[in-house]
Amino acid sequence: MSEPATPKADRAEENPDDPPADGAERDMSAEPSDEQPDDGADRAPVTTGAQSVVRALENAGVETAFGVQGGAIMPVYDALYDADVRHVTMAHEQGAAHAADAYGVVKGEPGVCLATSGPGATNLVTGIADANMDSDAVLALTGQVPSHMVGSDAFQETDTMGVTTPITKHNYFAGDADTVGDTVGEALSLAGAGRPGPTLVDLPKDTTLGETEREPGEGRLPDTYSPADEADEADVEAAARAFEAAERPVLLLGGGVVKGNACEAAREFAVEHGVPVVTTMPAIGAFPEDHDLSLSWAGMHGTGYANMAITHTDLLVAVGTRFDDRLTGGVDTFAPEAEVVHADIDPAEISKNVYADYPLVGDAGTVFEQLSEAVGSSPDTAAWREQCATWKDEYPMDYATPDDEPLKPQFVVEALDAATADDTIVTTGVGQHQMWAAQYWTYTSPRTWVSSHGLGTMGYGLPAAIGARLAADDDQQVVCVDGDGSFLMTLQELSVAVREELDITVAVLNNEYIGMVRQWQDAFFEGRRMAAGYDWCPQFDKLAEAFGAKGWTVDDYDEVADAVEEALAYDGPSVIDFHVDPGANVYPMVPSGGANGKFALTEDQL
Amino acid sequence: MSGDSEEPTDNGDLPKQGLKGPRPEERPHPEGRRNSHGVRIDPEVEAEPRKRSAVISALVENEPGVLSRVSGLFSRRQFNIESLTVGPTTVDGHARITLVVEETDAGIDQVKKQLAKLKPAIAVGELGNDAVRAELVLLKVRGDEPDKVHAITQMYEGQTLDAGPRTITVQITGDQQKIDDAVDAFRQFGIIEIARTGQTALARGDTPTTPDEDPGHEAAANSSATEQQTTPQTTPTTDDD
Repeated sequence: MSEPATPKADRAEENPDDPPADGAERDMSAEPSDEQPDDGADRAPVTTGAQSVVRALENAGVETAFGVQGGAIMPVYDALYDADVRHVTMAHEQGAAHAADAYGVVKGEPGVCLATSGPGATNLVTGIADANMDSDAVLALTGQVPSHMVGSDAFQETDTMGVTTPITKHNYFAGDADTVGDTVGEALSLAGAGRPGPTLVDLPKDTTLGETEREPGEGRLPDTYSPADEADEADVEAAARAFEAAERPVLLLGGGVVKGNACEAAREFAVEHGVPVVTTMPAIGAFPEDHDLSLSWAGMHGTGYANMAITHTDLLVAVGTRFDDRLTGGVDTFAPEAEVVHADIDPAEISKNVYADYPLVGDAGTVFEQLSEAVGSSPDTAAWREQCATWKDEYPMDYATPDDEPLKPQFVVEALDAATADDTIVTTGVGQHQMWAAQYWTYTSPRTWVSSHGLGTMGYGLPAAIGARLAADDDQQVVCVDGDGSFLMTLQELSVAVREELDITVAVLNNEYIGMVRQWQDAFFEGRRMAAGYDWCPQFDKLAEAFGAKGWTVDDYDEVADAVEEALAYDGPSVIDFHVDPGANVYPMVPSGGANGKFALTEDQL
Repeated sequence: MSGDSEEPTDNGDLPKQGLKGPRPEERPHPEGRRNSHGVRIDPEVEAEPRKRSAVISALVENEPGVLSRVSGLFSRRQFNIESLTVGPTTVDGHARITLVVEETDAGIDQVKKQLAKLKPAIAVGELGNDAVRAELVLLKVRGDEPDKVHAITQMYEGQTLDAGPRTITVQITGDQQKIDDAVDAFRQFGIIEIARTGQTALARGDTPTTPDEDPGHEAAANSSATEQQTTPQTTPTTDDD
């Protein structure tokens, strides 16, 4: 390990509480203006569109933003120079988008990222698409060439609006310096409201450089946007009657329960009525996995008992889920005996993939309140809970650890879990390691599982850990469980973790394969391992040291505990390269489009 | 989920790779099934949902890019669209989009909900069978038999827009059936070029065309205007300047 990174003098010495060194405050008091709202802050009046953009962020309480500088966004960065917003320069714009996404997930408020026009904006695209698929609140601000050059194929021009329309909740072209601040405020509000999602404001340079004295107001939602809060009373009553009469009910919690801060309400409902609980992957942590009623999560690589329960239930109470194909498997065999109560804040999700017998359009927390009030008597679930317990015994997640085989990745995940506090945040990339991190870590609280679900973005883990670290409480630990392939996609962000002195631990489950592909090739492509071998990866421990982080390599069971302890104890970014069994596969597994109840436990069952 | 992780455990009854438990064929499996829309079905009477034609009207904020948002939505969600018409209303900044889609009931429901989710969408509704619908077609045919062309144009209550020595261009308006019939009738002259607008429609009588719309909305907004607006307005475009 080389010297720890030198703290940046300017960052370390900056104190947002200190008055600015310039005379802004005195000027304000010397010449009070009736037109400027007196918010008591030591803020200079807005003079440009860019300052209005930044003022809108400050008004909304944005504390942190992630981004990369560049020509067309320079005016906004210039305005950030004096702002009460901490800007974290990332190595790549994709990292900025993922960091903002994860920051938002952990914090429960929109994350903000910035990039310049052209390649800056297109580099954000993967992160924006990721946020869109997972309904994560993110505001992206992109620079754009001056308005008069738009459409002329100018240097670093891309039709950012055109590119991002399909992957944003909404996007804005801000053509007016006077209103740009309000537009940014609206975009930020919209990102977090109702069903969250990414919004983008494209900022041509003449808008941000343009003169304006207009202070942006509070961020308002657009008039045309009014998500429902309460579900229709008659629908709630009907769902409550169905629930009371159910014999084999399952409560299926989706990511919307976490986003709606409804986990406590969900837990109370489940416990009061004795309903087994299954979560989707994005909702991992919404219900404590060590609780008797927890069946963990369902879907392609979900537990056998969760998949048995959703296959045999007669009433699926699904809240805040979009019934993704990785959850349902083939829709024809999904919960085929169940009536479905489907609560979601987005009416378009009702009956999109799975028909809702009892549609409830509303906020997750409010719907749980309504349901709790409407349900008169608990269904008799004793026999059903017994059945679920039997499945737990029949399909344990236990795995073999033979001495004559390499280190099992599941063991590493369990060792990390055992060595960390309950509220530790886990971020992941995408692939086998992600599934093991989801399966073998016991999550007990919401917003501790931060991953890329819908889009399945390899490389999400490290930038997400950076975002999560900055959003988390200081005493919360942050662990990135990564794969060799995923880590290699964004590992340049290690430089950011070093520069910002972020205490994160990256655990690479290195099997020298793009493992999930290798697993599928073995199962479905006659073992023809085309482009799946990753034995060409660099030595990650040495690479970590080169970045100024600390690195370890672990090959054997008896080295795991020490390396984990040392890495967690190290106050800064650390990387453990676990050389794990290249032949290990993820089970259970429901083949694509298959029946959840027919999950395979070994390769010959596929 | 599994137990203690301090030390590798001796677990001889586990498979070397994978997990233990009853094999898929040893487990109970429910008989029920769902159709492609996720609706539970009786296998005895299983039938795939049929598609039908529906007219959807959307009142939208007439902002730049609104048409590309709508058309992009249709292509990315693979909604079957037969026609799309758009034009400003008498309220400043509003436009009405009329879509004819060919989808199953569930698909039409999705079209309406996804359209309503677009931020510029003010109101979205499906028109009933009794709605007032019209389409316009321009037909350019050979000018060899001007009298016959004129007669057929009269039969369809059309207008001749251009008549030259070699070509005649006529305009026919009406519902889809009438337009289809007229096109058939003109085939005998040899159709050189054709342009159809696609259907546009309004609800009949007092029924609002888009449900959440205040019925008096346009009339009220218009009451101060002394004359019907005749200046052609720019249609929504996809450029962003």
